[in-house]
Amino acid sequence: MKFIEARKLLFEYIRRDEEGNVEGILTALDGVDLDVEPGEFVAILGHNGSGKSTLAKHFNVLLKAGGGTLWVDGKDTQDGDCLWDIRKSAGMVFQNPDNQIIAGVVEEDVAFGPENIGVPTDEIWKRVEQSLKAVGMLQYRGHSPNKLSGGQKQRVAIAGVMAMEPKCIVLDEPTAMLDPNGRKEVLDAVEALNQKKGVTVIWITHYMEEVVRADKVYVMDQGKVVMQGKPREIFSQVEKLKSYRLDVPQVTLLAYELRQAGLAVPEGILTRQELVEALCQLY
Amino acid sequence: MSIILDKVNYVYSEKTAYEAQALKDINLQIKDGEFIGIIGHTGSGKSTLIQHLNGLLRASSGGIYYNGRDIYEDDYDKKQLRSKVGLVFQYPEHQLFDATIFSDVCFGPRNLGLSRKDAELRAFSALRSAGLPEKYWYRSPFELSGGQKRRAAIAGVLAMRPEVLILDEPTAGLDPKGRDEILGQVAAMHHELNITVILVSHSMEDVANYVGRIIVLGQGSVLMDGTPREVFSQYQELEKVGLAAPQVTYLMHELREHGIPADVEATTLQEAKGCILQLFAERRKNRDRE
Repeated sequence: MKFIEARKLLFEYIRRDEEGNVEGILTALDGVDLDVEPGEFVAILGHNGSGKSTLAKHFNVLLKAGGGTLWVDGKDTQDGDCLWDIRKSAGMVFQNPDNQIIAGVVEEDVAFGPENIGVPTDEIWKRVEQSLKAVGMLQYRGHSPNKLSGGQKQRVAIAGVMAMEPKCIVLDEPTAMLDPNGRKEVLDAVEALNQKKGVTVIWITHYMEEVVRADKVYVMDQGKVVMQGKPREIFSQVEKLKSYRLDVPQVTLLAYELRQAGLAVPEGILTRQELVEALCQLY
Repeated sequence: MSIILDKVNYVYSEKTAYEAQALKDINLQIKDGEFIGIIGHTGSGKSTLIQHLNGLLRASSGGIYYNGRDIYEDDYDKKQLRSKVGLVFQYPEHQLFDATIFSDVCFGPRNLGLSRKDAELRAFSALRSAGLPEKYWYRSPFELSGGQKRRAAIAGVLAMRPEVLILDEPTAGLDPKGRDEILGQVAAMHHELNITVILVSHSMEDVANYVGRIIVLGQGSVLMDGTPREVFSQYQELEKVGLAAPQVTYLMHELREHGIPADVEATTLQEAKGCILQLFAERRKNRDRE
């Protein structure tokens, strides 16, 4: 069974004037089809305003679709009775760690989620310890969050979601405000959750380098899915990605430009190692 | 004409339990017309440093001289300094407040005491320099995309006609095309308006592509100061402070380890491409000769 199945998903932002008359309609999602298998690492790319965040907010029903169907973990998101179950199975992490941390001590912040859904106290402490350990933040459990770096705060936010034991985490540009080290910490932590614990991950980003190890990539433009496939398939279409205001990893671009200039570098190079090997063979 | 920092120290919450030294003995000279990149991990003191340059923060000790004058002198005109050293904060679009973009950009020059007409003239040229298409000028900030709003906010600072423009992570949260557009525009402004530009960034690739000089901060001190080539060649040192060199620099090092004599100082894609193509061309020539 698929974990997430979206068919012809539609969402419109409707702007009204003071009397309630419709002033304008912005179609943010325009017939989105998307499938996520349990345990997959799925990346969603798209320029600012392409509908990525709107889509993400549908996965745990922060927004309700205006049309089409969306099933999450076998439940229909249009069915109001399933709302809390869906939110339990799909947790969200947002861009700004400062907006997501509420407690004065790291472990209390992580405990907030499970406490809210009525987990017994002993179990809460167990989960807090496990999730902080999973993101490599256990030694900071007694610290104040505002003394942590951005990457550390974001990992605490992820631990907070993990403590609710969701089957899936949706991360909406979790690395946008972090320095290179922080970006790596967060990506490594999430990849470990995906691989070791089998958590389904939906990773939304503007950084192409973060996507190369994903199982599947969706590219969005004007509320539609315009490309989908494995990272190698997606990143071999340099010109097409550029037409959607996106980019490819720097190494992929270099390989592409070398190919354009006549070197017989294979298509769809994703990592430095691949390019080094290809060049050594040619040399 | 320059900015000089002489042994600048800054301590947050001095003489309390939360005392933290954010800047330690910073000595710098920033010359007219330079394009400088400041890099450093989160908490390294980048934002604290740039807020000293237009006098938003006052150094705990040490001196700052703008065009030869001590900005901490009693009769120094701080207001004048702030119009000459323009600071674009992170996520500047959050500071847009007026009903239309155009009136928002006029706000700064009006506050300098300029007439309405002069302020509008400045707004015109600032919006044009920031590369915001004219059709957006009379719209509400709410109707613009993130990248457009950011241009509008940068125009608001440009309208003050600064001699030094400081941008704190101007590309955070933008899509790749948006990043290139904003940085391209900043480079064009540097060139056309002949101003000094200081760019704070987390993207090593961006810094390598645009700036002429890089200042590396770590725990409140200047760790390195030099051209992108000089700085990024010390990539092992950079990694120790949570930074890295651009991807292509690593690639060139790895090629060399595999016996291909690549230029390990290449920091941009174009440099790497040129070097690799040349190596292969020479190789082919040698083979033909044999």
